[in-house]
Amino acid sequence: MYQEIILDHYRAKHHSGLREPYGAQVTHVNPSCGDEVLLRVALQGETVTDVSYEAIGCSISQAATSVMTDLVIGRTVDEALGLHEEFTEMMHSRGEIEPDEDRLEDAIAFIGVARFPARVKCALLGWSAFKDAAAQALAGERMKES
Amino acid sequence: MSYDVELIRRDFPILDRRVGEYPLAYLDSANTSQKPQVVIDAIADHYARHNANVARAMHQLGAEASAAYEAGREKVAEFVGAARAEEVVFTKNASEALNLAAHSLGADLAPGDEVVISVMEHHSNIVPWQLLCERTGATLRWFDITPDGRLDLAAAAAEDLINSNTRIVSLAWVSNVVGTVNPIAEIAGLAHAVGALMVVDGSQAVPQLTTSVTDLGADLVAFTGHKMVGPTGIGALWGRYDLLSGMPPFLGGGEMIEVVKMTGSTYAPPPYRFEAGTPPIAQAVGLGAATDYLGGIGMAEVAAHERTITAYALAALGDVEGLRILGTTAIGPEGRGGAISFTLATADGLDIHPHDVMTFLDSRGVAVRGGHHCARPLHERLGIAASTRASFYLYTLEREIDQLVEALDYTRNFFGRVA
Repeated sequence: MYQEIILDHYRAKHHSGLREPYGAQVTHVNPSCGDEVLLRVALQGETVTDVSYEAIGCSISQAATSVMTDLVIGRTVDEALGLHEEFTEMMHSRGEIEPDEDRLEDAIAFIGVARFPARVKCALLGWSAFKDAAAQALAGERMKES
Repeated sequence: MSYDVELIRRDFPILDRRVGEYPLAYLDSANTSQKPQVVIDAIADHYARHNANVARAMHQLGAEASAAYEAGREKVAEFVGAARAEEVVFTKNASEALNLAAHSLGADLAPGDEVVISVMEHHSNIVPWQLLCERTGATLRWFDITPDGRLDLAAAAAEDLINSNTRIVSLAWVSNVVGTVNPIAEIAGLAHAVGALMVVDGSQAVPQLTTSVTDLGADLVAFTGHKMVGPTGIGALWGRYDLLSGMPPFLGGGEMIEVVKMTGSTYAPPPYRFEAGTPPIAQAVGLGAATDYLGGIGMAEVAAHERTITAYALAALGDVEGLRILGTTAIGPEGRGGAISFTLATADGLDIHPHDVMTFLDSRGVAVRGGHHCARPLHERLGIAASTRASFYLYTLEREIDQLVEALDYTRNFFGRVA
């Protein structure tokens, strides 16, 4: 379950640290283990221009957040949320679906984690924080326009 | 007669299990203990032959079930050295026992009153007191700890922690994270000197140590069945009878009443006042069998084994590269509980998260707990988010500790290899 990709991202997290500017900031926690992520999303119109974060947690939650930032930065919020949906579906598959590597890239490494129900929520922590922050940031962008 | 762990293990069918290709090394007994066949059989036999509701069922089976339930209470009372069986209130677990204590003991607290706990408590001995203080306007204060995980008694004395405003002091007897054995009798003396009551969370102590609630000096002691080879679903609150007699009810319902009228009710004497609704009957039978089992081995022997296996584990874990034990690494004259929590880092300084450690150990047959062990404030005080905990019991073998050490070396080497 701990593939090289996960270990690499854990040891060198992409886009880690908190940066300005940002449209919304959220804190998500996993109460059963104490993992926490403070995550910021910056948008320009509909496009995700940056995701920055500070997180504490296990290799699964840290690496999944790192991989997530690679996937969503540069995409529209709609596209990013589509990836969130695909990733979530893969994580809830108990490892029984064939993930689309062209779409999910490094995130397919987490298919092994999907076989450990207790660890699925670790992999989803950063993604759910992104979904929350992106929705808030998008609402902010739309307020600016109107 | 020497203590024969292998012989004891034959009483616990689950210990023969394998996890994948590895033999199970169950090192999570502070979380819940495994059950001997006699306990499993006692519960099954009760359901198979004697099952009925207690007290309210007047038929033959009802009488048998009531007698079995009360026999469980008598055995538990004897096990903890209570003066009489009516001093033992059955609850669903230690958390409920502590909530009962906080609710009923603290019913008349007011602003200006103080409740004292410690930073090393399990959440179940923190949150009920927080709720009580929110409800009554009383102030919650707490003992800090020293670097080696003991209550900081000097700091407490300097800040006059226990003073004339103190109404209740509630402390763990043995820490579920760092294994510290707290000086309960000494602190109970301080509490009583200012007219305060002493509540003790005995969850980690009663399963491991010879318990005499009267020697302990406490007024109320909470503990739970499932950590002392008994079933889940039953815990207990021991209290001095005169104290219990003056406490208002906690939960309302069937069996806790004397007379119910639509304009008001009067309540049964203890322990029934605090046992609303159908109680954990088969569980009381199982817990009675558990105390018989532990009593048959002898709690002095159980405690001595705990000390031996903890000393072995402290030495073995102390030699693991990158491993840091939280709290005290020596067994002092007061003893040390068999819960050892630690962090693990690679040679290049990467802290391996306890959930990763736990998953790696699990894949090699070793069951431990990773996380904050329901003691988040203690971990925060120690400057970490979480830890990995190994804990032992009367059936733990040295070879299981060796299996743990091998699995820890494997884990650290996996995370430590250069990408």
